[in-house]
Amino acid sequence: MKVVVVGAGPAGMHAAVAAARGGARVVLVDSAPQAGGQYYRRPPGGTAALPHVFEELRRQPRIEHLPDATVWAMEAVPGGLHRLHVQQGPADAPGRRSMTIEAAALVLATGAYDRVVPFPGWDLPGVYTAGAAQALAKSQRVAVGRRVLVCGTGPFLLPVARSLLAVGAEVAGVLEANAPATCLRGWLRRPAHPWHHRAKAAELAGYAALLARHRVPYRPRTAVIAAHGTDHVEAVTTARLDPDWNPVPGSERRFAVDAVCVGHGFTPQLEPVIAAGCRTRGGFAEVDDRQATSVPGVFAAGELTGIGGADLSAAEGTVAGCAAARHLGHAPDPAREAAARRRVRHWRDFAAALAAAHPVRPGWQTWAADDTLVCRCEEVTVRELRDAVEHHRARGARSLKLLCRVGLGPCQGRICGRNATELADAFLRERGAPPLLDPDAAAKRPLAAPVRLADLATPPTAYEAQEGT
Amino acid sequence: MLSPGSTHADVVVVGAGVIGAACAEALSGRGLRVTVVDRGAPASGTTACGEGNVLVSDKAVGPELTLAQASRRLWPELLDRLREEAGPSLADAEWDEKGGLVVATSGAAARALTGFAAGQRAAGIDARELPEGGAAELEPLLTPKVTAAVHYPEDAQLQPVLATAALLAAVTRRGGCVVSGTPALGVESGRGGRVTAVTTRDGALPCGAVVNACGPWAGHFAAAAGAPLTVLPRRGMVLVTGPLPEATVRHKVYDADYVGAVAGDDADLMTSTVVESTRSGTVLIGSSRQRIGFEDSLQVHVLRTLAAKAVALFPALGRVPVMRAYGGFRPYTPDHLPVIGEDPRCPGLWHATGHEGAGIGLAPATGRLLAELMVGLPPHVDPWSFRADRPALTKGQAQ
Repeated sequence: MKVVVVGAGPAGMHAAVAAARGGARVVLVDSAPQAGGQYYRRPPGGTAALPHVFEELRRQPRIEHLPDATVWAMEAVPGGLHRLHVQQGPADAPGRRSMTIEAAALVLATGAYDRVVPFPGWDLPGVYTAGAAQALAKSQRVAVGRRVLVCGTGPFLLPVARSLLAVGAEVAGVLEANAPATCLRGWLRRPAHPWHHRAKAAELAGYAALLARHRVPYRPRTAVIAAHGTDHVEAVTTARLDPDWNPVPGSERRFAVDAVCVGHGFTPQLEPVIAAGCRTRGGFAEVDDRQATSVPGVFAAGELTGIGGADLSAAEGTVAGCAAARHLGHAPDPAREAAARRRVRHWRDFAAALAAAHPVRPGWQTWAADDTLVCRCEEVTVRELRDAVEHHRARGARSLKLLCRVGLGPCQGRICGRNATELADAFLRERGAPPLLDPDAAAKRPLAAPVRLADLATPPTAYEAQEGT
Repeated sequence: MLSPGSTHADVVVVGAGVIGAACAEALSGRGLRVTVVDRGAPASGTTACGEGNVLVSDKAVGPELTLAQASRRLWPELLDRLREEAGPSLADAEWDEKGGLVVATSGAAARALTGFAAGQRAAGIDARELPEGGAAELEPLLTPKVTAAVHYPEDAQLQPVLATAALLAAVTRRGGCVVSGTPALGVESGRGGRVTAVTTRDGALPCGAVVNACGPWAGHFAAAAGAPLTVLPRRGMVLVTGPLPEATVRHKVYDADYVGAVAGDDADLMTSTVVESTRSGTVLIGSSRQRIGFEDSLQVHVLRTLAAKAVALFPALGRVPVMRAYGGFRPYTPDHLPVIGEDPRCPGLWHATGHEGAGIGLAPATGRLLAELMVGLPPHVDPWSFRADRPALTKGQAQ
């Protein structure tokens, strides 16, 4: 009887520690070589100041951390258990260790990945997701370019700019697509605006000072609407945007840059949530105040339940870890759990404000040209997507994929799924038709990660048998 | 939503999969006014879950093979006609006459395969027994353990969702109508129990006849219409690899145990290997058969079995990543034959379902046969074996 935690970012680490502290045995499965997730990404063995949770994770005898381990499938097995199919070893290497792990309680904390909306040239080398640029800077000390523009929406653009400056890049500007009025309304719509979050306010002030010191301009209601170059980005076109993100005619300007970092918020990595059969709402895992999903014994924490940053993730992780331990009959410390729940409530207000302050507005759909790629893997253009809706009469997400191949490539729609769905819905609206009938089909991926055919063909070892438990 | 259909239709086809679309195309081509309704999007059920098989190789001599031969002749003609009517971009269904290669890897399987093929040859199928080394010439990456191989040049493949879209586009061009997102609930009957309308969630669609083309859910619609029919779901799974170099796998390659599985009645998992590439470079690996109702959760042991058998057939594919797995439900009948025709218990109710894993291949002949029977033309294949009131379908069902 053990708790399995999937994902070792802030949410997963705190869940593992809380469950172990509560008395449960824990297996922490994570695809990266070291714990921390994207938030604490660092060079191998990096000595950057890490919070106490890392130390606890190392010291806690009831936790076993499986690094480099990918959960590629999950299934329910009799007795209320969940069987995880795991491969361990360097990504894509042949002959990875293949095993199954049975969980009596499961905490899902797989986080989120960047969303990028398409614009002409977004597929050129030199255009990076903000997260990828940050990961390269943090873990390999590599700058994606000499002169870099950071654009998109949300406060995450600021730490990306900081990471780039730290590795010696010139940041030509930080462009926030939303108007200050939109951001302000978002932050003020709740009693808990950022001034109640002193830590966040201080963080923001720190970024402002950093940008000023490096003379990095910060431009609201502005976006990169096209990237130019033959085999690499050489320049971009920026434009002022109206509140719906439609470019203001005549406001276009051209800048010479050799890299662009783009981030339009985040998409939760929902595969394990869907695989476990948990209900979703608005594209996120639905959880109660104990982080319990609709499936008994399965808990979700962090960005899977809503985009709210590392502090909210950590607090949700603690709550989920305590609840998972209790599910197995342990008695975690109620005071610690209550405190974590208070933190969750507090940071959820922040998350709601964040979502309202930095929406992705539909005007982005006007940036793309007919020949702009929506799906890079299968090279599906906006025109082909439109044809699938207008001429082939695609009315559902599943048939849309098969009519124009959008989302059928190696990324399986992780990058393009949401953009394709929103574009198709817009084309349907133009024709007076209702939106796609099965929007969830775009996110359904029974295989959460690719597996080599020979590895799939080889019977796995049970983790329990290997550990002799 | 129903405004275009509220005018009287001659025929309402329930189900916008490939069978419903082929029926609607054939009926509209004979001058009937057709409305197609589907609870979801067109081609989003069983049609979107297969491999696009248009096969003669897997069928034993009998009525289904006759239907398959007729259908195999009709598909390219039908696609040519749609292309002429609508232009090439709308009627490109990735039609590929790639041929099938069935291989045996044991002595017993070799004898069964060559005997099976001899029977098919007598029925007019081009089934070419290959000499030793012949299979390796056609498929260089195939296992050297082949004991017998038969090449079926007539086996073909198409992309079923594109084909269905092309058929439905023809229906709308001829004044018909396709309504998505509208579940059909049953039928209304008039004097003599004759169908007068299809009831839907959004109102009744008056019509002269209704075609039940609901695939694995056809039993539900038949029961709702008051004429229960034994059509049951049989689950299948397919693995999809990442894109591979061209000509990695050139034909549809089957293990000879395929034939046994199609005709089998075992509820437990049955798998028989089918390996083939698609135009986009991915390789499809099928296929499993399970009778587990509409249970659709992932079962990893099924995927493992498919993978093991595929690697046995093509050892070189072991290194290839599997990118996706998908599954669906085939509509099967107890005697493994489709149902095509009017239901004598409910005049005006027609069935076109029960094609199990062969619906893509059998669609054009099914549509044509149904249309011929409905308008009173001489049928191009003998409909007797497919009739709706045969005992296998109604036995044990309330009349």
